Amino acid sequence: MSHILQIENLHVSVNDKPILRGVNLVIKFGETHALMGPNGSGKSTLGLAIAGHPNYQITQGSIKLDDANLTEMEADERSRAGVFMAFQRPVAIPGVKTADFLRHAATNVRRPDRKEGQDLIPMREFRKELKSKMEQLKIDPDFARRYVNDGFSGGEMKRAEILTMAMLSPKFAILDETDSGLDADAVRLASASIAEIGRDKMGLLIITHHDKLLEHNPPQFTHVMLGGRIVETGGAELARELHDQGYDRIRKSYPDAEAANQQMLAKEEPLAV
Amino acid sequence: MTTSAMTDKLDSTETFGQPAFDRLLEKRIDPAWLTAKRKQAWEVFQSIDWPNPRDENWMRSELRGLRLSKFAPNIDESVEIAEGTPVRLLEGVDVSAGLRSVNGVVVSESLDEGLAAQGVVVGSLSRCARDHSALVERYLHSLICPKSDRFAALQAAMWSDGYFVYVPRNVRVEKPIHLHSAMGDGQVDLSHTLIVLESGAEATVLFESSSPDVTAKGLHCGGVELIQHGNSHLRYVNLQDWGKGCWHFAHQRASVGRDSQLQWTVAAMGAKFAQVDQRVELVEPGARSQVNGVMFTQDRQHLVYNTLQHHKAPHCTSDFLYKSVLQDRSRTVWRGMIKVSEGAQKTDGYQRNDNLMLSDAARADSIPGLEINADDVRCTHGSTSGRVDEELIFYAQSRGFTRSEAIRMIVTGFFQQIFDRITIQTVREALGAAIARQVRQYE
Ligand SMILES: Nc1ncnc2c1ncn2[C@@H]1O[C@H](COP(=O)(O)OP(=O)(O)OP(=O)(O)O)[C@@H](O)[C@H]1O
Ligand SMILES: [Mg+2]
Repeated sequence: MSHILQIENLHVSVNDKPILRGVNLVIKFGETHALMGPNGSGKSTLGLAIAGHPNYQITQGSIKLDDANLTEMEADERSRAGVFMAFQRPVAIPGVKTADFLRHAATNVRRPDRKEGQDLIPMREFRKELKSKMEQLKIDPDFARRYVNDGFSGGEMKRAEILTMAMLSPKFAILDETDSGLDADAVRLASASIAEIGRDKMGLLIITHHDKLLEHNPPQFTHVMLGGRIVETGGAELARELHDQGYDRIRKSYPDAEAANQQMLAKEEPLAV
Repeated sequence: MTTSAMTDKLDSTETFGQPAFDRLLEKRIDPAWLTAKRKQAWEVFQSIDWPNPRDENWMRSELRGLRLSKFAPNIDESVEIAEGTPVRLLEGVDVSAGLRSVNGVVVSESLDEGLAAQGVVVGSLSRCARDHSALVERYLHSLICPKSDRFAALQAAMWSDGYFVYVPRNVRVEKPIHLHSAMGDGQVDLSHTLIVLESGAEATVLFESSSPDVTAKGLHCGGVELIQHGNSHLRYVNLQDWGKGCWHFAHQRASVGRDSQLQWTVAAMGAKFAQVDQRVELVEPGARSQVNGVMFTQDRQHLVYNTLQHHKAPHCTSDFLYKSVLQDRSRTVWRGMIKVSEGAQKTDGYQRNDNLMLSDAARADSIPGLEINADDVRCTHGSTSGRVDEELIFYAQSRGFTRSEAIRMIVTGFFQQIFDRITIQTVREALGAAIARQVRQYE
């Protein structure tokens, strides 16, 4: 399989406030990319723009999956085209059982042409598959009956996102801090799970502030975002450097991007007295 | 007689005038006590005014479009059910008895022989008023006072027929009893439901009302009385699915006796305008009641529910949960009251109303209230109203759901809390399907 996700000169605004200012990124199927950068630099924004969140307006540039122009698609069409994002803060859907949610999601993603109201994956077949995936990821079978993310602990939510990814097997997955909020054992388990499900079976864009996830999923490329742009790209060693030494060197080397980053972070001016 | 802007047109009602009432009395074969009762109610009807729009119960109602003169009471006319009139609560259900009325007059009756032999009665209220005269006389309109309002008076005077269910002492009716009220386009339904459970009795009653198509017009002015003696257990389901051109007025009352249990599920889907006054009275210690309400509205539908959970005795429990989903320019009003009488200590009262708006133009009023005259009680209430959360829609879309599938799922999830409380699976399924049918395509 050869698929390619191409992001070209991407500019994204939220409420008319520019956040991304010209992002270029190419990910091939089977590759692992790390996306790092200080808080507020625009990492989640990039992911949400790729996933098609309606509040993230693309003002310039393009996102393409193979020949398809994602920029013109609704979020659900992008998902069916093979893009997946594990969210930094997944929302809860009260009253909707995780198993029912995943069955419908998996059906739509596997049969992109399915019309509303057409049959879902047969219940027995789906249950079997879900059960084995949950075993593989060491997730309590009780999960399936619980409402989507409702009352889940931070760690459970991230596990559920990984399970969702496993069930949807996308072509490209963006993992937004899927390792944060987890205890040491859980990080190890999550990292191993991602490697098992994702490595070589999709293109991965891993957003992280920690090193564990990348230890299990060594990136071929590490990108550093600052002020809404990717300012540097390197290999696995760049991720290690940033993890050990922080962003000082980056901030100093790219003063314009650093200024933009500070500007984005700046609170509203206090009213003059 | 003073009339108000809200109701000024209601009065031009020659169709519900003296000649109509006289003709009704003449045509019916009622026992003397019933004729006397009707005449009393007729006097009330003639002496009181239509509801005052400043009245708490009616100030959020809208009767302006109602023209009584466009309708005429069905005086004992037995007609065929109109083609296309849906029956939703029978699917997958093995029933022990059934009644069907068309335009408020019962046209078919059935009852398992075994139950009949045990003294169970399921039959036309008109017929039972003759065949079980003493029984019906004792209970009919014992909970609903014709003076409640002018609609109640009209119904008490002119009710056309209805459903009588009587379960004798210690008899358990295992299979559900199905009651269906069908109303033709432009017709009138003045039916009455009377259900009596003696001590230790148990029954499940599935009641539904429907019209031949979604746009059908009509007028329903009805009453429901559920009477439970000690240690009885009643599950009562009421699916209101009239056409969206119907007017629906109803007084619905339950009286729950010692250590008895009532589970009352209400699903309000149809009607153009509905005003329902629902009361559960806990009259002896240990009575427990649970009310599950589902409302789903669209277009310009306007549903008003005034509910009262009245604790008249100590150690009783009442638990009311109403949830509504509103589309388009529709409107719901829920005014809930927990009333605790003096001496009703150890009351446990709960009421909650949650509303989910699928459009900016929809409006939900939620007015919980407490009136407590005892000091050792626990009463809690709450309500929420809000738009469907765009973040939830995006989350589902990012997992392959279309926008309208996402909304459909969120709506189903919103009602799930109520479905989790409904113990009858076929009812859950039927209501789920009815709701799914009503969710619009959102783009
Ligand atoms: N929905 C939003 N509304 C307003 N501002 C937003 C929104 N989303 C992002 N931003 C702003 O865009 C900038 C980038 O945010 P983003 O969440 O992409 O950063 P990040 O790199 O993911 O940070 P972190 O490492 O803290 O997760 C921030 O200044 C943030 O406040
Ligand atoms: Mg982020």
